[in-house]
Parts: sequence; structure tokens; C-alpha cells
Amino acid sequence: MAEAAESPGDPGTATPRPLFAGLSDISISQDIPVEGEITIPMRSRIREFDSSTLNESVRNTIMRDLKAVGKKFMHVLYPRKSNTLLRDWDLWGPLILCVTLALMLQRGSVDSEKDGGPQFAEVFVIVWFGAVTITLNSKLLGGNISFFQSLCVLGYCILPLTVAMLVCRLVLLAEPGPINFMVRLFVVIVMFAWSIVASTAFLADSQPPNRKALAVYPVFLFYFVISWMILTFTPQ
Amino acid sequence: MAAADELAFHEFEEATNLLAQTPNEATPRGDQLVPQQHVAVAVDSGGSYGAEDEVEESDKTALLQEEKQQPGFWTFSYYQSFFDVDTSQVLDRIKGSLLPRPGHNFVRHHLRNRPDLYGPFWICATLAFVLAVTGNLTLVLAQRRDPSIHYSPQFHKGKRSGQGLVPGGGGSAMAQGRLPALPAVTVAGTAIYCYAWLVPLALWGFLQWRKGVRERMGPYTFLETVCVYGYSLFVFLPTVVLWLIPVPWLQWLSGALALALSAAGLVFTLWPVVREDTRLAAVLLLSVVVLLHALLATGCKFYFFQPLPLEPAAPPHQATSQPPTVLLSPPPPRSAAA
Repeated sequence: MAEAAESPGDPGTATPRPLFAGLSDISISQDIPVEGEITIPMRSRIREFDSSTLNESVRNTIMRDLKAVGKKFMHVLYPRKSNTLLRDWDLWGPLILCVTLALMLQRGSVDSEKDGGPQFAEVFVIVWFGAVTITLNSKLLGGNISFFQSLCVLGYCILPLTVAMLVCRLVLLAEPGPINFMVRLFVVIVMFAWSIVASTAFLADSQPPNRKALAVYPVFLFYFVISWMILTFTPQ
Repeated sequence: MAAADELAFHEFEEATNLLAQTPNEATPRGDQLVPQQHVAVAVDSGGSYGAEDEVEESDKTALLQEEKQQPGFWTFSYYQSFFDVDTSQVLDRIKGSLLPRPGHNFVRHHLRNRPDLYGPFWICATLAFVLAVTGNLTLVLAQRRDPSIHYSPQFHKGKRSGQGLVPGGGGSAMAQGRLPALPAVTVAGTAIYCYAWLVPLALWGFLQWRKGVRERMGPYTFLETVCVYGYSLFVFLPTVVLWLIPVPWLQWLSGALALALSAAGLVFTLWPVVREDTRLAAVLLLSVVVLLHALLATGCKFYFFQPLPLEPAAPPHQATSQPPTVLLSPPPPRSAAA
């Protein structure tokens, strides 16, 4: 700004001046160029993030969500006391698991006399209404976990039981018999225990200490019901 | 003044008994009991503290009224007040319902004017699921003993779908004409929840209606009645599991025992409230309560643990040492229809 020598607030000079040149004259930091962007690092990053999710490719969006879901699956399979499931809750994982489980558990037959297994809607309703009831129970008992966080944890902890369902279906391809049943029973029991341990690791901390058992018991009942449905599944 | 003293003595007699018996009972939210304790001490130490008695009693009622009026029914904290129990309290209430004793009123002794909804709700839910699961299991075990039973383990459909397995010629006709199978869990759940909530409603309504006759003890609130019924259903849980064992006399014995314990709990709880009423009303009420309870027990037994129909013309099946309840006809029409 070479024209800084002129007096401020003087618009009528002959020499053309750049816009707002007078402002830099007013400022004391005349020697320090004040041009350029003044940005706060955080804000710029967020702005960048926002604009980039609009412009990024669909593949990136999907992969990011899938990676988040996969990361939470890992947290369920190796339950440690970490806050990831609680802090960044999402309901994609529970939806995927519930739909998978319901698809595998349903009967294919339209004939209502023959089938004995649950229909897709029944499994879906049981899982989601069960999770909602447990969450309400936990909140009513005075837990400090939010509604969706609890749904997220309960939904993700169905993962071991979904794995058990897959294994059971594979085992059922073999010869039916007592050994078949024993294998399935063992697998389901192990996965049931895993589910309970995983969900307790996340949920128990949110309850006051003298009510932990009261909050965990409905979770036990919920996974027991799902395990029973898996165990008694027989393909037509 | 003297009359007020007499009333004070009457009411807190039970409190002193309670506190004398169980001095170490943990009651974490003891703000209601603290004034009682104060008054109990004053009562014990003689009549010279009569004025203090009255002051503390009015303080206590004011405190209770304040507590009860605060949250409105549209707020979440209103419902939270019904779940204000600890694990130890719930276990204590369950133990109290399992072992009813004549002098001990469940409501006063165990609930201590803090009824909860956790117990009734989850005991009913557990009972509904356990009924469905064990009913399912009996069919599986029956199939194991008699492989000719065409049955696939079902959780959601009820026992009725197994009723297609009837003898011989009418198989296909019956299969077409029978009712669609109702899901076992739905039936169990509906029956138990209706029983555990509607019957206390009726009972409470009846007791409120007859309130004028009573001087000594006020009627129970609706929640306390629901609590009593809910916890009294707990004794059926191990009974239902025992019903898996297909020995008929054992089933009937355990059923009768559970019914006796449960109904005794109800009767002992209701007796102090009802005894000032006319004798006829009291006896009628208690017998109706016991009768409904018995109906529930036998209804569950028959619906979920149905003895499968006997087959007269199947000697090879009868030759094995099975109990007669699991015999079944050979189902060729069934498998043709299946």
C-alpha cells in the first residue's frame, strides 16, 4: 500500500486508490500487512468438511459410514471399556443386523398352517420394541444414558447372535441329530454370553451402582428370547 | 388431645414393631422413615412427649404431601418415581412374596408405602416368556420320546397349531376347519398382563367403594395392589419350569403348592383391610381373589402344557413306558396335509 501517506477519509483525491485503502491507513499496524484471510483453524476445518461431504463421491460417503459401522462391530466383538459406541452412536449397524437376523429367521412359506417360525415383521418388532422397552426401563431407573445411545448399544450387541444364526444355518445343512443339536446349543450359549458381556460392559456404567442388576436383567431376558428363536429355528 | 394420642399410638405401633424386628434393614431413601423413627422413639419413651408427637406427625404428613404433589403426570420424573427401587429392595420384596406369613402384611412390611412398577412389569414379562418357552419345550421333549409326532419347534405359534395332530380320518378336515394358531407369546403376555393389571384395578375399585366401613386402616392405593399381585406371580416362575417334567402328579403338586403360596400371600395382605367389613363381603372378596388366581394357574397349565390326546389304537406306542399324556396318533393324514 504505497499510497498510505495520504490522509485518511479523503475520498476525493485524483490518484485512484484501491478499495478500502483508507482502512489500512487508519490501522496502526500499517507496517504489518493485514491482508489475507483471518481464519480460526477449527472453523475452517468444519467449513471444509461440510462442503466436502456435499461434493464428495457417493462411494466416499458410504465407505465412511461403513467404516464407522465396522469399527463398532470390532468394539462389540472385543468389548473393552471404551466410549466409541456411546459417543458416536448410529443406528445403521442395528438396522443391518436386525434385518439380517429377521431374514434368516423367517419362514419362506406363505401357508400359515405349515410355518411355525416367526415372520420377518415379528422378529423386527421384537428386536426394536424390546430394545425400546429396555432403554425406557434403564432411563426410568435413573440411568444417565441417552435414548439412542442405548438403542445403539443394544442393537450392536446382537452381532454375536447374528453370527450364531449364520453358524446354525450352516450346521443345519448337515445331518440332523443330537450332535447337530448339541453343536448348535453350544454355539448359541456362547454367543448369548458374549452378547450379554458386551452390552453389560457398555451399559452397566450408566446406572447407579445399587441398581445395576435391575438394569441388566431385562437385557438378559431380551437376548435370551432372541437366542431361543435362533436355537429353535429349523428350516423346512 | 387424648384421642389424637390414641390414634398416634395405633398407627405407629406397626412401625415400632417393624423397626424393632429389623433394625438393620437398609432403606436408602429413608426420608419417610426418619420422621417415623423420631415419632417411634418419642412414643416409646412415654406420653410426656405428646406435643412433639403431634408436631412431628403433622410434619411428616406435610412432607409426604409435598413429595407426592410435585411432579405432574405428564413429566418423566413422575414415572421415574415408580421405579425408585434398588436391587436389594426388589429381592427383598420377592422373598417376601415367596414366604407369606400370617402376621406380615406384604404392603406394610415390604413395600413400606413405596410401591414400584419394576417388579410387576418384569415379573409378568418373564412369566409370559417362560410360559411360551416351556410350553414349546414340552412339545420338543414329547417329540423326542415319540418320534412319530410331527412337530417343528415353534416359538411364536402356539400349541394350537399342534392340534392338527388328531387321529385318523378327520385329519384333513380338522386341519382345514381349525382356528389359526395364535402366537404363544402373545397369548401368554396378554393373559398375564391383563390379570396382573385389571384384577388389581377391580379390587382397588371395590375396596374404595367399601371405604366407608373401615376405620382402622385405609385401603391400599392402586399401585400397591398392582405390586402385591405382580410380586405374588413370582412363585409361578419356578413352578412353570418344573412343569417341564412330564410326571402328572408332580405337575399338579407343584401347581397346587405355588397356588397355595401365592394365594396365601394375597389373602394375608388383604385380610387387614377387609376384616372390618361385613363378614359376608370379606369372605366373598377373598374367595373371589383366590378363585381368580386358581383360574389363572389352571388356565396356563391347560393351555401351554396340554396333554396331547390319547390314541386308543396304537399299542406299539403304549408298550413303551411313557406317561400317557404324550401319546399321539400316527399322523399320515397330517403329513399328507403338511
